Amino acid sequence: MAFPYKKMDEADFDFIRSATSPDRVNVGAEIASEYYHDEMPNYGTFPPELYVEVESKEEISKIMAYCNENNIPVVIRGAGTGLAGGANCKYGGVMLSIMRMNKIYPIDHKNQTITVQPGALLLDIQAAVSAEGLFYPPDPGEKTATIGGNVITNAGGMKAVRYGLTRDFVRCIEAVLPDGSIERFSSNVVKNTTGYDIKDLVIGSEGTLCVVTEITLKLLPAPNCTCTLVMPFNSLEECADMVPKVLELPFVPTAIEFLERELIDIVERNLKKPLPVSEGEAVLIVMYDASSQQELDSAVEAAAEAALANGAIDCCIADTPERAASVWGVRGGILEGMKADSISQEECDVVVPRSCIAQYVKDAKRIASSLGLRVEPCGHCGDGNIHTEMLRGNDMTDEEWESATGECLKQLYALSKQLGGQLSGEHGIGNGRIEYLKEFVGPRMIKLYKAIKLAFDENLILNPGKIIEFNE
Amino acid sequence: MKIIVCMKQVPATSQVEIDPETGAMKRLSSNTRTNPYDLFALETALQIREKLGGTVTVLTMGPSQAEIMMKDTYTMGADDAVILSDKKFAGSDVLATSYTLAQGIRVLKGADLILCGRQTTDGDTAQVGPAIAEHMGIPHCAWVSEILDVTKDAITVRQNLEAVTQVSEMHYPCLITVDKDMCVPRLPSYILKKKTADRPVKYLTFDDLPDQNLSRYGLTGSPTSVARMFAPPAKDSQVYLQGNAEEKANQLFQTLLSKKII
Repeated sequence: MAFPYKKMDEADFDFIRSATSPDRVNVGAEIASEYYHDEMPNYGTFPPELYVEVESKEEISKIMAYCNENNIPVVIRGAGTGLAGGANCKYGGVMLSIMRMNKIYPIDHKNQTITVQPGALLLDIQAAVSAEGLFYPPDPGEKTATIGGNVITNAGGMKAVRYGLTRDFVRCIEAVLPDGSIERFSSNVVKNTTGYDIKDLVIGSEGTLCVVTEITLKLLPAPNCTCTLVMPFNSLEECADMVPKVLELPFVPTAIEFLERELIDIVERNLKKPLPVSEGEAVLIVMYDASSQQELDSAVEAAAEAALANGAIDCCIADTPERAASVWGVRGGILEGMKADSISQEECDVVVPRSCIAQYVKDAKRIASSLGLRVEPCGHCGDGNIHTEMLRGNDMTDEEWESATGECLKQLYALSKQLGGQLSGEHGIGNGRIEYLKEFVGPRMIKLYKAIKLAFDENLILNPGKIIEFNE
Repeated sequence: MKIIVCMKQVPATSQVEIDPETGAMKRLSSNTRTNPYDLFALETALQIREKLGGTVTVLTMGPSQAEIMMKDTYTMGADDAVILSDKKFAGSDVLATSYTLAQGIRVLKGADLILCGRQTTDGDTAQVGPAIAEHMGIPHCAWVSEILDVTKDAITVRQNLEAVTQVSEMHYPCLITVDKDMCVPRLPSYILKKKTADRPVKYLTFDDLPDQNLSRYGLTGSPTSVARMFAPPAKDSQVYLQGNAEEKANQLFQTLLSKKII
């Protein structure tokens, strides 16, 4: 089975129409081109043969069983906000949208959990939870992403420093396996040593192992108070060196980000969003949450004193929602600002040990400039996940741009590996980084990956050609 | 260059409580914040001081809890902060408020430039700034969206007056009220916070003001009577555009054009 996959015919279309509803199925040219790719079209743009919007796990089960039997690939799509070229039909077949499965069930207060369907949007879940004084912390920038997408890519985001990743908040998962069977991985329990931890394997598997149909999430009491500090420094090195100092304090920060002046200027120039702190060549942004004002004040004072003792020009305090918004608005505008400032961009999402951030940033700039590229490192300093954005110069030809970015990525991944880091911190492998993974993790690990994939999906019908490639 | 910035502490919530008896706003809530428009005025003042030198004094009328706001202005860089506080000022409308502030400015021996926010988020009248200028007999420009030039003798501003945009030059002394988003207010500085921790906030009471005619202040000096305050009813008419994307875009364009929105 598997390669080559079956080309879908009218009988296949009819089966899926009958298993769901004809008005929820599009085929061929009826399928809008936005379903050919995720947020990164350059990481893979492929037309599906059929697009279906499912409404229940039973429909998914029928479709999976049929496709498994008939050697038709299936790719699951949420809101399409992924940044790795994961949700595209690289080998044709079915694109299965879970957007209609967006129920948010009432909060289970006794267990402090909420159960949701995969198509529920992160912003809707966060709103439902906060209306009852609770808090779902994972906060990747993209709030219109689905929770299914967040779980299947193990989304991180800025608040990972204090609260962790999506994985840390998933209690249990219900999923349809490629053969159509419906299974639950773990249950609404706090600990579990019952056999292999399949739940944690499924989280972050980028839709290659099973189709998530229901998720139970752990919740926390909402913090009452929050404050964001902006620490301007004369150099990026000083700024990066401050990160371990912040982490050594007896208060756990919620987020630590850094921005260089050049990037701040790009956002101001293109989006008219100036940072309310004009000093410094680089700034460290540190956010604290607390359950009382007193606790917050202590954290702010300790961090501000530490900043001044370590060469910060000042420590600016964004203590109101408006002030915090004026800071985070600039941070949130980076991607848009860079898109407006250059004709093409390529991104590297490495994660390095927090102790190596300054070293990585310095070397990344050296590598990029030796290849004639503009590079803007920014990102989640608190967890070492540095988004290294490469910007295309106006005078570069397509060939020059492609060969320079390819070489730059290769060297940046080697640098990350040398520093004890990883290839991707939160965006994943998908189709976009697949060519670099093999070398990064080595042949033994790829063999293990393949064995895991086959244990779930022996016919290789679920999101084929992502993370690992069998068709070689 | 002597600059005075008039500021106000407003309820932190947009759900303002109105006293049903007097129609006046209830201000007892402990949850307050600085009127956001006033921070744009303060930032503008600080930028002018950076360019031309001088002092920035913040003036407010209100109870002593306004001290929190005044201390906050010190951490942004204000030189002085003065609160006009007296039970005799309670219940002031636009007329009495602006008169009291103008009296306060006289006590402070006037200013070259007075700045206010365009309006407050509780009263929303946008009249206090211009009324201060009238009481003082000085020129003013309201709804300023941009400072085009500022020198030791005069200020040139752009006013966004909805239907027209006007550029005006005024010689000092004069007053401007600034629109939101004309700048981004700087953040409080921890260094300044420590430096100004012991700097006092000054108080002025009725007894300090030159005009001792009580009928100009507080509820008695306030001819405004608010009959009723209510939230406007939400419009429930919706228009659905039909057709493909291009047709719908065209219809939307025509609709916006006919309503003079674009």
